[in-house]
Amino acid sequence: MVKMSKVDSKAGYFMVMPYLIYFAAFIAYPLIFSFILIFHRWNIVTPMEFIGLKNFVRLFKDELFFKSIINTLIFLSIHIPLQIVIALFFANLLNKQIKFRSLFRALYFLPVVVSSVVVTILWQQMYAYETGLINQVLSGFGFKKIPWLVSPEIAMPSIAVMATWKNVGFYIVLFLAGLQSIPNELYEVAEIDGASSFQKFYRITLPLLNPTVVLVIVLSTIGGFSLFIEPYILTGGGPLDSTLSAMLYIYNQAFYFNHMGYAATLGFFFALVILVVVIAQRKFIEREVY
Amino acid sequence: MNRKISTYIPLLIGAIFFAYPFLWMFFASLKPETQISELWLLSKNLNLKNYSIVFAKIPILRAFFNSLLVSTTITLSVIVFGSIVGYALSRLNFKGRDFILLLILFTMMIPFQITLIPTYVLIVKLGLVDSYAGLIFPGMMNSLAILIFRGFFTTIPQSLIESARIDGCNNLQILFKIIMPLSKPAVATVGILTFTSSWNEVLWPLIVIRSEKLMTMPQLVTIFVVGGQAGSQLGVQLASATLLALPIIFAYVFLQRYFIESLARTGLKE
Repeated sequence: MVKMSKVDSKAGYFMVMPYLIYFAAFIAYPLIFSFILIFHRWNIVTPMEFIGLKNFVRLFKDELFFKSIINTLIFLSIHIPLQIVIALFFANLLNKQIKFRSLFRALYFLPVVVSSVVVTILWQQMYAYETGLINQVLSGFGFKKIPWLVSPEIAMPSIAVMATWKNVGFYIVLFLAGLQSIPNELYEVAEIDGASSFQKFYRITLPLLNPTVVLVIVLSTIGGFSLFIEPYILTGGGPLDSTLSAMLYIYNQAFYFNHMGYAATLGFFFALVILVVVIAQRKFIEREVY
Repeated sequence: MNRKISTYIPLLIGAIFFAYPFLWMFFASLKPETQISELWLLSKNLNLKNYSIVFAKIPILRAFFNSLLVSTTITLSVIVFGSIVGYALSRLNFKGRDFILLLILFTMMIPFQITLIPTYVLIVKLGLVDSYAGLIFPGMMNSLAILIFRGFFTTIPQSLIESARIDGCNNLQILFKIIMPLSKPAVATVGILTFTSSWNEVLWPLIVIRSEKLMTMPQLVTIFVVGGQAGSQLGVQLASATLLALPIIFAYVFLQRYFIESLARTGLKE
């Protein structure tokens, strides 16, 4: 260990300054100010008015906010399983001895790097009821057209499918890295013991992939809770508020109605929900890998 | 042989599934309104009319330069300041170093939803609404970048640093003359990561920028499509989306391996 010298210390404090300034301005200050805002009514123009816990009283009576949280949870409950299944499927294929692996990987990854604004505008056309690509293909095969964005029951699942298409390439790459770290000998031994490919997948691949699965679930949960621009462009939260995500609701409260204090309260409460969900996921899904 | 087919066919279907929509978007943006819904790409009537409408209606070139300016500034700042902090946390010994590292790890877990509105209030108080500074300031530092630099710097042999010190280099000189040239992979990772995420960022610009002149590209395209300026003209909307997609796809074609590795690093950070 290198001895701590005075010169080192001085340089050290000097060089961590950029972070400390950033921390003070964009982490500590907003956190403290958020804690003040939640007890006030404020439209940013007139002075702040202290209202005690009224923001929370209002929050717990705000049915639309809870609906928006449930909408977000519906989104997650479709998006995450779908994402894992599709990502695992393609990662498995890519992990075989194949040609053009990096080309395939690059194509699957393409939607990840492109802005979600592009993806949303593109899918708006694909989901269109009369002229949309998907419905055209469906009716070409003799199926009924599906009201992707028009029906309150289907609109949020449609957005979840679109988000999966956008993000799954990222998770394919993560799973592929996970698969490549599993030693081949394990499969060879299992083969000698007469294991079927399903058994091999269930008894070797899945348990050893657990850290990646946890990672994928946590990352896509955090991503999913920030669902905003997709419904903002696609549906504006409709039909019948069925695609109103919590983030979109908070955005509207803050920047459409100028309810800064209330929006800060919603953000505060929603952040707690996110933390609880993520911690719970880790607790229930994480397994010791031996 | 059978096994091979059962591998390549789903792989190919996947490739079509992920890439065809982008191709379709590009060709549809060149078609007249009545032909847009066609599944097939080509048509006799391909032209640039939709693009000329986009250029006439919104300052998209200006938005491109705004995005370029904002994303480049943020990326350079994150590389410079992130590496300085990463250096301090990996190569210097001082009291409180481990505490700062813990602080960084801890604050990374805070959901941005809690700080979003107070940060906007801060920007309002500083008078930075509708300014480049309002877009840039909150992005100038990044915890993940610090961790990536710190991790990479720990692998550099101490002897190199010692000999530079004997030659009379101070810490900043050691960092920028000796260490950074050896850390190109870390710089590339942080650079691509920061640039892509700031290029694609749309929520923050929607919050702090009101004047059309200062809008970033994703924001301008969003408002163009949502705000009704594009009318119900699908071709025009697709043309604006194509213009927004092109720069990053262009970069991706040349740097795809780095893109994939860098972005995957965000997932493998722990």
